[in-house]
Amino acid sequence: MKRVVGLICVLAFASVPLWLRDPYLLNALITTGIFIIGAMSLNLLLGFTGQLSLGHVAFFGIGAYVSSLTALGFDVGLFGDVHVVHTPWPPIVGFVLAIIVAGCCGYLVGRLSFRVRGAYFVIVTISFAEVVRLVALNWVELTQGPLALNNIPSIAIGLPGMGDLVLRTKLQNYYLVLVVAVIAYVLIARLVHSHYGRAMRGLMENETLAVAVGIDVTRTLTLAAVISAGIAGAAGSLYAHYIRIIDPDIFAFINTVTMVIMVVSGGKGSLAGPVVGGVIFGLLPVVLRPIMPPEAQWISYGCVLILILFVLPRGIVPSLAERLMQVRARIARPVVASSIAKERA
Amino acid sequence: MTVLAPARDIALSVEQVGVQFGGLVALSGLNFVVGEGEIVSLIGPNGAGKTTAFNIMTGFLDPTKGTVKYRGTGLNGLKPHQVADLGLIRTFQRTSVFPRDTVFDNVLIGLHRQGRVPLLDALLGLPRARSSERAQRERAAELIRWVGLEARANDLAGSLSYGEQRLVGVALALAAQPSMLLLDEPVSGMNASETHSFVELIRSIRDRGVTILLVEHDMPMVMSVSDRIVVLNYGRIIAEGPPDAIRNDPAVIEAYLGQGAQRA
Amino acid sequence: MNQLLQHLINTLVLGGTYALLGIGLTLIFGIMNVVNFTHGILYTFGAYMMFIVVHQFGINFFLAIPLAIAAGWLLGAAIDFVLLRPLRGSDIDTTMLVMIGAWIAMQSGALWIWGGVAKSISNPFPDAPLVLGPVSVSWVRLFVLAAAALLIVISYGLINRTKLGRAMRATFQDHDTAALMGVNVGWIYTSTFAIGSSLAAAAGALLGPVYVVFPQMGDLAAVKAFAIVILGGLGNITGAVIGGFILALAEELGAGYVSSGYRDAMGFLIIIAVLIVKPTGLFARAERVG
Repeated sequence: MKRVVGLICVLAFASVPLWLRDPYLLNALITTGIFIIGAMSLNLLLGFTGQLSLGHVAFFGIGAYVSSLTALGFDVGLFGDVHVVHTPWPPIVGFVLAIIVAGCCGYLVGRLSFRVRGAYFVIVTISFAEVVRLVALNWVELTQGPLALNNIPSIAIGLPGMGDLVLRTKLQNYYLVLVVAVIAYVLIARLVHSHYGRAMRGLMENETLAVAVGIDVTRTLTLAAVISAGIAGAAGSLYAHYIRIIDPDIFAFINTVTMVIMVVSGGKGSLAGPVVGGVIFGLLPVVLRPIMPPEAQWISYGCVLILILFVLPRGIVPSLAERLMQVRARIARPVVASSIAKERA
Repeated sequence: MTVLAPARDIALSVEQVGVQFGGLVALSGLNFVVGEGEIVSLIGPNGAGKTTAFNIMTGFLDPTKGTVKYRGTGLNGLKPHQVADLGLIRTFQRTSVFPRDTVFDNVLIGLHRQGRVPLLDALLGLPRARSSERAQRERAAELIRWVGLEARANDLAGSLSYGEQRLVGVALALAAQPSMLLLDEPVSGMNASETHSFVELIRSIRDRGVTILLVEHDMPMVMSVSDRIVVLNYGRIIAEGPPDAIRNDPAVIEAYLGQGAQRA
Repeated sequence: MNQLLQHLINTLVLGGTYALLGIGLTLIFGIMNVVNFTHGILYTFGAYMMFIVVHQFGINFFLAIPLAIAAGWLLGAAIDFVLLRPLRGSDIDTTMLVMIGAWIAMQSGALWIWGGVAKSISNPFPDAPLVLGPVSVSWVRLFVLAAAALLIVISYGLINRTKLGRAMRATFQDHDTAALMGVNVGWIYTSTFAIGSSLAAAAGALLGPVYVVFPQMGDLAAVKAFAIVILGGLGNITGAVIGGFILALAEELGAGYVSSGYRDAMGFLIIIAVLIVKPTGLFARAERVG
């Protein structure tokens, strides 16, 4: 049943560019899709492993910078006359490297999280993201600092016998993002429903019991962090090659908050949650733009986050699912009541 | 204290174990063994050190002195999940389940040790991974039937009664493929008929070759199920032997009743 | 050498206000176990209050400071009343996220009302700095140091010598027992949040005239406050004071001898370094507040 619904959704999303002609909206959908990939990866840590990592944007940004620098090339002096020179490689390689490097950073965070738990872990993850931002801002030789990396080439896919297909148009990027999003969703779903996902869930629900049945805390948390970071890195790479200009503002805490709002409102711990939350909060700015200045929009997002936490703490998707089950139960009840009445008669 | 040598292989051996928390001596000179296939109970008045002893035997606490060995492998310094990997599985008295998961999913989590598949297989959805999943689900259903909870398999573990949650805890522990099972006050809060069924359950677990050690307060239950009983008081073993010997041991009687008699 | 002395003087000034930030957060985090992401916004609020009171109402500079602090106190109490009271007993994640939502909303509010252009607050001190041999320090900074020192002393007095302080200390140790002993824990929490927020507002009110005022100024202040609390230990006021000066020193020396761009990174690096080595913070959770 779920598979059918999922397939219908994918087809629905795939059909959008066929009837939506407004390039502004299409652009909004593409960036929303990229942020949804980021939100899904954050959900893996936040919703399925119970780790409130608020530095997630670091993996996103690292992916973006790694991918861009791979595709643009760079020349940095390390110390003395030692220079590290890199000539440009195809952007698709940058995409792969973004995933790998971001995943490695996730590994570091994973190892750290074993030792630092609770509120301190949250603070450490925020600090990590800020340090990365400051490095991006100040290591001008490598990153161009606030002057930004620009003219980042679009991703090109080599087609056998037909040369390279450069994904430059909005339409092409839309489908690229959709494909990556679907792959990410499926990977995360498979992980969550596997024995690894159950280990993560066990740790989140009752750590003492989990270790007593043989679940290794470090390995499980690290695995979740690596996969989560890798997917975020992929999203960052897509962003860099689509927008084609990135600067240290990509590491702004507000981007983490955006993803957090998407996950929490949609439903952390549910696979569809970040998608629903992402669509809502990715497209809300578009809807609100004519009526509210951006500052007012952010005031409302803050208030919405608070409201959701008060009223629907589990998020939209789980609450709806629960409502649905209650409705089904109520429909089933009259049948039970009448059969009991028949027995009594 | 003489260590009774059972006429079988040694499963768990506690050797000269002492535990000190700052100035407080919780255990000292603890020396006993549990033989393969035995059911041994650890009893003693409140504050005797049973919980501490239990924790050092399950890798949740390291002794200050002495060693604990399971089938020859030392447990000192091992993390709890490493102890579990040796086949030494424990239950918990409180928070014995994953409350927000169904009973079925609880047992599935417990099958962690058994259900390992390579990560890539799982992510790619390969047939190997899928058949492993099927096998695990069948095993989980079997274990739930075995503890008598198939009617509640799809209910949230947190919604079950206290006694039923303990059964889930046992199913969980069995899922983890124990060669030795350590039960932490398994029947506390159970009524007489639940306790009786539980005793039957323990016996059938032992009959499948699992060594069992339990910590308990319920005397009739302990007397009826144990092969041997070890009695602690003030962090030391004061008596050890089969139920009949313990029932009439003056030191044991004094430990449990003596304080009251002295106050009178 | 002269440069070093100058750095040390700057450290004293900065450290005093950092200490205020730290004391406020260590009280809130320590007693209420709330990861208070609105602490930075209170800092910003204190600065904006100074701006409004001095420039729009034309009130005397020295009077404006206690007014700004009082406004911070009120805002803190309001935040606790509206957002934290209903959530008492919820898990720490939910409270943290609510605080983040409040922070976003309030900061955007500041941006909306006052715009993103930085404002400066005029002060009644002479522009020429006081020169003491090889070092110079502006009069306003001297005043800030004196005011911060006074507020630190008042905080100590409040926690250690008043009935309220005693109730706060009791709640810090064990809030169930404190409740059983007749302490109204709910009001203690509100008071703690209000006092902690007023200290953050005080830091903002004092540093606002020294630097400039803009909506995002509290972001860095917030993280620095956390760094100070981690350095000094939860609930440890003395630790917060020491931590404040250590952070200020690290920033001054880092900016002076390494690179000024990484000045703000000091706080973050300290956090990461300390928690890697000692995951529970430099000092264990204080035995007692104060």
